[in-house]
Amino acid sequence: MTIPTNYFLALSGVLFILGVLGVLIRRNSIVILMSIELMLNSANLAFIAFARAFEAHTGQVLVFFVIAVGAAEVAIGLSMIVSIYRSRGNIDIDQISQLKG
Amino acid sequence: MTTADLNVALPFIIVAAWACILLVIDLFIPADRKGLTALLAVAGMGFASIPVLLRFEESNRAFNGMIVQDGFSSFLQLLLLGVGVISVALAYDYLQRRKIVKGEYYTLLLFSVSGMVLMAQAGDLIIVFLALELLSVPLYVLSGFAAKSNPESEEAAMKYFLLGAFASGFIVYGIALVYGATGTTEIEAIHNVLISGVSNLGLLTVGAVLILVGLGFKVAVVPFHMWTPDVYDGAPSSVTALMSVGAKAGGFAALLRLFLAGFPEIAANLAPILVGVAALTLIWGNIAAIAQQNIKRMMAYSSISHAGYIFMMLPAIVDSDIAPDAISAALFYLFVYAVSNLGAWGVILALERADGGGLSIDDYAGLGERNPGLALAMALFMLSLIGVPPTAGFIGKFFLFRVVLDANMIGLALVGVITSLISAYYYLRVVVVMYMRSGDPQVRSERWLNATLWLTALGTFLLGIFPGPLLNLASRTGLFGLVP
Repeated sequence: MTIPTNYFLALSGVLFILGVLGVLIRRNSIVILMSIELMLNSANLAFIAFARAFEAHTGQVLVFFVIAVGAAEVAIGLSMIVSIYRSRGNIDIDQISQLKG
Repeated sequence: MTTADLNVALPFIIVAAWACILLVIDLFIPADRKGLTALLAVAGMGFASIPVLLRFEESNRAFNGMIVQDGFSSFLQLLLLGVGVISVALAYDYLQRRKIVKGEYYTLLLFSVSGMVLMAQAGDLIIVFLALELLSVPLYVLSGFAAKSNPESEEAAMKYFLLGAFASGFIVYGIALVYGATGTTEIEAIHNVLISGVSNLGLLTVGAVLILVGLGFKVAVVPFHMWTPDVYDGAPSSVTALMSVGAKAGGFAALLRLFLAGFPEIAANLAPILVGVAALTLIWGNIAAIAQQNIKRMMAYSSISHAGYIFMMLPAIVDSDIAPDAISAALFYLFVYAVSNLGAWGVILALERADGGGLSIDDYAGLGERNPGLALAMALFMLSLIGVPPTAGFIGKFFLFRVVLDANMIGLALVGVITSLISAYYYLRVVVVMYMRSGDPQVRSERWLNATLWLTALGTFLLGIFPGPLLNLASRTGLFGLVP
């Protein structure tokens, strides 16, 4: 018996909302980065589930694109976090707030 | 895949390949001669504009509809390549002054421009996503380009990155839902499925809203604008100039194509939300700008408000009779905004000092006396951004408002006109400070910067007096390809 697509969709929806909440609530830049990854991967899960339902390859191929782009983003993000940690000794985004007005 | 497909994607391929090659060439260029890298970057963008010009009025599909070419894409590509060239000219002297001369600046800029050029041609949601990342990721790095000497630049990069990546998350999830509802990611095919009846309209609507949220972050409309003032303020000014025009034009290219060619019916259902976002953006952008003392922050809120003016076209394209006019008005306004805004940033760059000072509006005191030419140019750009005749901005706003009235959105048109009047206050304050107060502004005069200022000032003035040819071009672009 195959698992219905709706189950996958519900799980991916929950993961996506967890990701959004993580970005909005958590203050540690690395945790925020992880939450963003969670959002991307919840979309990947939805893509795969739909691809299985349609029996089409498009959705599966899309996942590779999303993974590649996600990796590029993480590379940039982590290097920024390292650079900020070096100059400030802190990666709490509430502390990174010289710009205001 | 055939060679014809590659031909259609040629402008993007040239810029992206040239960026990769330049990355290597730059290694062999000595540190004191990085002007050569800048020149080569400009040459690459100039070369990429040749295929755009040669096939300006053609419309083609390539890679099974993933890449499309039509008048809309050609117009935007020409604009974006021009913006890229001007950003290089603006950056050349600025980087030397701030002592951040590195060849990578120009290669990153090229990568970002290649993303914008691809965005104009995106015919598939996945290309929209890839192009958006390609244009954003280099901009994240560029925002942090002055990080060594300036912690604010680092902070701007971090904020831009986190919110940009957050927005991408929304876009990807939106694409996933649209794919789930229609079984395809190709924009035209989505429309075909939509016409023949979608079983799951709710899923498609949620997907469209998520994509709207994500792209709304990128073009900075209220309520997704919070990052804009901080990022525009902290990033090096030459990067901000590119960001405020290029990233916005790229985002609007995707928004307009998606909502016109992909799901106009969904856009019709969402019309009240679209109108609300446009009105909120206009009101908040213009009112918050009044309180700013720093000219970069003022220009950030100004760019938010201009995003609002262009965003007014989204609810208008729902009506298929008005859609061609709405697209051409949006294209014309994007062009006019690019010219006036880049010019204004040129003046800001000319006044910014090596230590990063000279950015307060009070620092403009006495400019009218000390450097009448520069003050006149700034006054012209400010008047154009308000939309005072006979500048280019007036013509642009005139056509936007006409489309809004044609679409029977009288309330939105009223909001637009009233907020334009409010905007006169903060733009004219700069003019008043320049001419009425005495001071001693330090002005940097450099060949490429001055050439850019001349070009943009002439453009702003001439487009205001003879808008005909460009308007003609913008209105013709709506007629082939994009508008069914």
